[in-house]
Amino acid sequence: MLKEIICAGFGGQGIITTGILISYCAFETGSQFTWYPSYGAEMRGGTANCTIKISDEEIASPLAKDIDILIAMNGPAIDKFESSLRPGGYLFVNSSLITDRVYRNDVNVIEVDTAALAEEANNPKGANIAMIGALIKKTGIMTFEGCSDAIEKYFTEHGKAKFNEANQAALKIGYNKF
Amino acid sequence: MAEKAIMKGNEALAEAALRAGCRFFSGYPITPQTEVLEYLSWRMSEVGGELIQTEDELTGLHMLIGASLAGSRVLSTSAGPGFALFHEGISYICGCEIPAVLVDVQRVGGACGGISASQGDYEEVTHGGGNGDSQYVVLTPASVQEEVDMMKEAYEIAEKYRNPVVILTDAIIGQMMEGITLPDFADIDIDKFDYTYKELKDGEDGIQRGGYPGQGFPAYAAHMGAKYKAMKEAEQRWENIEVSDADVVCVAYGISSRVCKEAVRKARAKGIKLGLIRLITAWPFPEKAFAEINPDCKGLLAVEMSIKGQMVPDIKLATKCNMPVYGYFSLDVVPDADVVVETAEKIIAGTCEEV
Repeated sequence: MLKEIICAGFGGQGIITTGILISYCAFETGSQFTWYPSYGAEMRGGTANCTIKISDEEIASPLAKDIDILIAMNGPAIDKFESSLRPGGYLFVNSSLITDRVYRNDVNVIEVDTAALAEEANNPKGANIAMIGALIKKTGIMTFEGCSDAIEKYFTEHGKAKFNEANQAALKIGYNKF
Repeated sequence: MAEKAIMKGNEALAEAALRAGCRFFSGYPITPQTEVLEYLSWRMSEVGGELIQTEDELTGLHMLIGASLAGSRVLSTSAGPGFALFHEGISYICGCEIPAVLVDVQRVGGACGGISASQGDYEEVTHGGGNGDSQYVVLTPASVQEEVDMMKEAYEIAEKYRNPVVILTDAIIGQMMEGITLPDFADIDIDKFDYTYKELKDGEDGIQRGGYPGQGFPAYAAHMGAKYKAMKEAEQRWENIEVSDADVVCVAYGISSRVCKEAVRKARAKGIKLGLIRLITAWPFPEKAFAEINPDCKGLLAVEMSIKGQMVPDIKLATKCNMPVYGYFSLDVVPDADVVVETAEKIIAGTCEEV
């Protein structure tokens, strides 16, 4: 089953990393995936997005047409991508930044207070990982154990093993909240 | 050791070059190929090789010549505007029979163009060559894994024929990440060829006697002609998907071929007999692939991210103009599988215009 995910927000919010982490989770749990960035004149404070496709089968284009899951870390992400969500799709909203908006009523809207969850996990930089916890719980696209192992492996391989405990805490809190 | 990894196409290609034994890179960054230099700028020194960011692509290409003649496996990469500057050096490399691997990560447009994806360099790379009958094998990867696998293959072909090999890829394959398996590091003896520069022994004068000095152009022409003919015969590569009963056969390479593969699945599910010839080499053009097509096929559909449909003349030659050719050319957006299927339906219905 093909899942098309777009992850979007401000540059500096960990958008590209969030997409890479979701890709790692897919890879480590035995799925095929593609990850494709928005590239060009991207900068801190500007907008950034990446597209992840996950499937049991070969994936054709890495670009998304009908989005199954939108992870919106800021308001402009919703402006840009909400209309491309397929009916019945999932809209994960970073409610720490985005409030008082009216959403489409044919999609599942999940408001995630990522900053509060990160604080609860005592991991101020873990907002995006808490979001991944919420994502896998609500959509069931991957197992918690598989993602937990993959995220630990990713940070260990990238010389950031000292953050493993805090990152696992953020993942678990995001997962358990929903 | 062979290992699993997640990498961008550009980085995977760079790592694969090192694992294939490349120890010299000279070139210049350009979007969407910059990650190759960025990656090699730290990684090359870890494996004991040299990376030089030259003042332009022209110098980058000419520096390769010295390193290759010293026996090293060499690499330079660019996008279309920089590849345009490669051609003078390519002619030199072909004419002097020097192995080298070059890469074009295609981007859109003529002149400086733009940085988004396209497949507009097919003619430039495949038929552009350089002055004086230069020709080389052009490999066209369609996945990050193929970027890896083709690097080793490219060096083997380059050394087999003492000729450059070009990997023609695009911004999408270069920028995307996929899961891959990286091969082991190859152990390359830089003194394995008799024509490369070596430390002088007592009594040797060091004068190079490679190539055809003093024999004149007739001997050179016969030699090069036989070599290009051998390459054309032996190096055609392709992947045929459901062509033997097809009413319409797509012809595509790189990112467009992935979309066509999806289109074949979608069409077959609707009962439309669509097939695909995926080019794995753009030169030699895989003429042999066309012999496997259903003889009653109603038409060939070239799918390419270009304006002109640059593969079309090659397709017509491969079929000796015996089959109608149609086109879906999307320039700077990845072709849409549903449009491929719709176009195939129009071809079958007889309402599509030939190119």
